[in-house]
Amino acid sequence: MNRILPYPVLSAALGVTWLLLNAPPTPGSILLALMVGLAVPHVMRALRPRAVRVRAPGLLARLAVIVLYDMVRSNIDVARIILGLRRGERRTGFVAIPLDLREPFGLAVLSIILTATPGTLWVQYDSDTGRLLMHVLDYTDGDAWIRRVKDRYERPLMEIFA
Amino acid sequence: MTGADLPVWAAWLVVALALTGAAFSLTGALGLVRLRTFYERVHAPTLGATLGTALILCGSMLLLSLLEGRLVLRDALIGVFLTVTTPVTLLLLARAAAHRDRHEGNPGAPPKL
Repeated sequence: MNRILPYPVLSAALGVTWLLLNAPPTPGSILLALMVGLAVPHVMRALRPRAVRVRAPGLLARLAVIVLYDMVRSNIDVARIILGLRRGERRTGFVAIPLDLREPFGLAVLSIILTATPGTLWVQYDSDTGRLLMHVLDYTDGDAWIRRVKDRYERPLMEIFA
Repeated sequence: MTGADLPVWAAWLVVALALTGAAFSLTGALGLVRLRTFYERVHAPTLGATLGTALILCGSMLLLSLLEGRLVLRDALIGVFLTVTTPVTLLLLARAAAHRDRHEGNPGAPPKL
């Protein structure tokens, strides 16, 4: 298993990508997709990336739905801010978030989530202290942003990439 | 099947998706002009990279699926690659700005971690 499929997730992703690009699938393109999925990950071995282990696929699906919802909602929020449709004073600011998540893949997914939701910008992460510095377009006092990142995104990610 | 055979409801839906996506992208571009500081401005173009792209791609997939008479998911790959690569650019921009602001001691520089 390990020698033939060093990175199963990568193999599957490459095969599906190949099939999507060459749709509708024919016997020839399915054969090529299999060959790409089996051969290309061996090139990755030279880079020695760590294997990804996804523990809770169900949780991953739930997180995807939450992120999709947050993405739409924050897009609308930021659009309202830009167009000046929102009453009241708005403040922006930096928020420092102490993260317990140390897994590189989890952190990568977290940076994708924070980028995919406009209004939050990943500025800096210190791997020694585990602190993340984030810029938010709609700053609120207290730990509302810290709670949101930790409860909504970090905790599921820690279970998924445990 | 050509564009002329497209049912009216589908044509309206495709147009609505494309226009809404374009409107979000335009709002993001407008944000670059309207917002004041660098860190605020970086937020704006992500509108086009996220919901704007998603809506336009949904419209494109719907149109192609109806015209070709099968499920076309090819465009979703554009969304996947865009979503995965955008953080790299934004992170580099934010880090460079933070480094310069701290170095020059500008007001509004991010606090030390």
